[in-house]
Amino acid sequence: MTNVKVKSVAKTYGPIPVLTDISTEFEEGSFTSLLGPSGSGKTTLLRIIAGFIKPDEGIIMIGNNDVTNVPVWGRNIGMMFQSYALFPHMTIAQNVAFGLERRGIKGEAARKEVDRALEMVRLSGFGDRTPKQLSGGQQQRVALARAIVIKPSVLLLDEPLSALDRRLRQEMQVELLRIQRESGLTTIFVTHDQEEALTLSDKVAILDRGRIVQIGEPETVYERPLTRFAAEFLGDSNFLSGKVENGAVRLSNGTVVRSDSALPGNGADVTLAIRPEKMSLATADSQPNRLSARITTVIYAGPVLSYILETPDGLPLKLFAQNRDGRVLREGETVSLSWSPEHTIAVAN
Amino acid sequence: MKQIGRFYLIAILVFLYTPIIVMMAMGFNESPLYELPFTFSTRWYEALLANQPLLKAGANSIIIALTTAVIATTLGTMASVALSRRTFRGRSLLQILLLPPIAIPWLITGTAMLIFFYWSGIGRGMHALLIGHVALAIPYVVLVVGTGFKTVRADLEEAAMSLGSTPVHAFFSVTLPLLYPSILGAALFAFAVSLDQFVISYFLATPGYTTLPVQIYSAIRKGFTPEINAISTLLLLGSMAAILIFARFAKPGDTRDKR
Repeated sequence: MTNVKVKSVAKTYGPIPVLTDISTEFEEGSFTSLLGPSGSGKTTLLRIIAGFIKPDEGIIMIGNNDVTNVPVWGRNIGMMFQSYALFPHMTIAQNVAFGLERRGIKGEAARKEVDRALEMVRLSGFGDRTPKQLSGGQQQRVALARAIVIKPSVLLLDEPLSALDRRLRQEMQVELLRIQRESGLTTIFVTHDQEEALTLSDKVAILDRGRIVQIGEPETVYERPLTRFAAEFLGDSNFLSGKVENGAVRLSNGTVVRSDSALPGNGADVTLAIRPEKMSLATADSQPNRLSARITTVIYAGPVLSYILETPDGLPLKLFAQNRDGRVLREGETVSLSWSPEHTIAVAN
Repeated sequence: MKQIGRFYLIAILVFLYTPIIVMMAMGFNESPLYELPFTFSTRWYEALLANQPLLKAGANSIIIALTTAVIATTLGTMASVALSRRTFRGRSLLQILLLPPIAIPWLITGTAMLIFFYWSGIGRGMHALLIGHVALAIPYVVLVVGTGFKTVRADLEEAAMSLGSTPVHAFFSVTLPLLYPSILGAALFAFAVSLDQFVISYFLATPGYTTLPVQIYSAIRKGFTPEINAISTLLLLGSMAAILIFARFAKPGDTRDKR
């Protein structure tokens, strides 16, 4: 068990910067997700930590060792690939034993380790089969066993669940988390699936155009996004922009909105983010922040109702409501929305 | 529609195989002038055994073809690795340059080689034949092995490296075993290209060292005898056996394993 440190890492491909000045620490035994859209540099960062790509600048530390100039095969990493990447010409047991053999562990000792690893991923007795005789989910578990059997310093996962269907994916998430907790491996997980990142991680790092825009516990990142991008990429957000006026924000339509966030001085432009589930339909004991809007679309999803609305001055808004009393509002109705200053977050553009 | 398809298939097989079957049969016919009625005889095979120049040329052909297959497959596979897995300056140019030799008429390639070998002092003979055949076979090997590479995912090698393999070990333990049907196919191609080769061999052979096609050509200029049928039959059976063994074990075109 070791931590991983990335210091001032930068990488460009030709004139295009892929990663710019990345510095962060992945704590011992923690599960961190690198979350971002394609092209954000998350996979490049993972591959730099793995050693497949050499950074132009910066250093990578695994534990107390500077591994920046150590090739992949000398880093003692465990890696899972999007496509499973099992060796098709070997049995499951041979696949799992591959890394052990490279470490000089053979024969009876290797067999014991392989059995233990297969047991951990609940595939005992599958050792003599070949990868193509296994389902996608089973293959993925073999890949996990192969990665952890070598007792790596760090476990790197490159969107390993994205090839699985929804149900299997959720099963694998639970499995992955259990195995990560049992093994205590420092884990770095690349994904573009925000829900997956929130459910699995101790920490989420949001990447945008080669920079980590925010890193923190899922709850913090979700409840207190620092930038508009973070608020938009992780979950949904409504954005209101206006100017600061006496400790509150005046929107262009004249409405004054209060926020508990620290605001800049009078007259400064500011963008506010409000989560759609934090807005509610106004009643007598409603919150101080209010807007009226017309419902343009109703999306009925069973337990949750999504309303797409538009304010009179054309600002689009979203509202998620619990389907508690079975009452569904109709398209075209004009309603009054309210929300609390606590949930009104000032974000950087 | 199905009827037409079947007829078409039968027509192809008839046109492909009838001349070969007739050729083989005539090797067992008594008449030196290919006359009917057919009288079974092994006299042409006996005559062949006594025909030292033809046998010698046959042996030369096989030795040259085998050597060509080994050298061209090794070099071509190495080239394929570079072209499929590495990025370097001039890669696409190199890839494109490998293709025209397949389309250039052998007569032109042969003439060019003869002139070049004469001018550079390489001369003619076995070594010249080998150089010529290997050069000719490499593009085929690169083409076949390159296609094979497309079925072996690059992340398999990466997985091996993440588990502690050096790139060389990853190549030999993962890529090569998966590539082996393509490599075997490429070797077969190289073998066939060499064994078939007439034009270039004709230019580069010397009176003392010649290959079977060249020897057959000079023999039939003097007069056609069924000995030619006999040696052709032997050669044909040998090649077909090789191809059938390959098809049985390597399952060409089977990419299922590597996905």
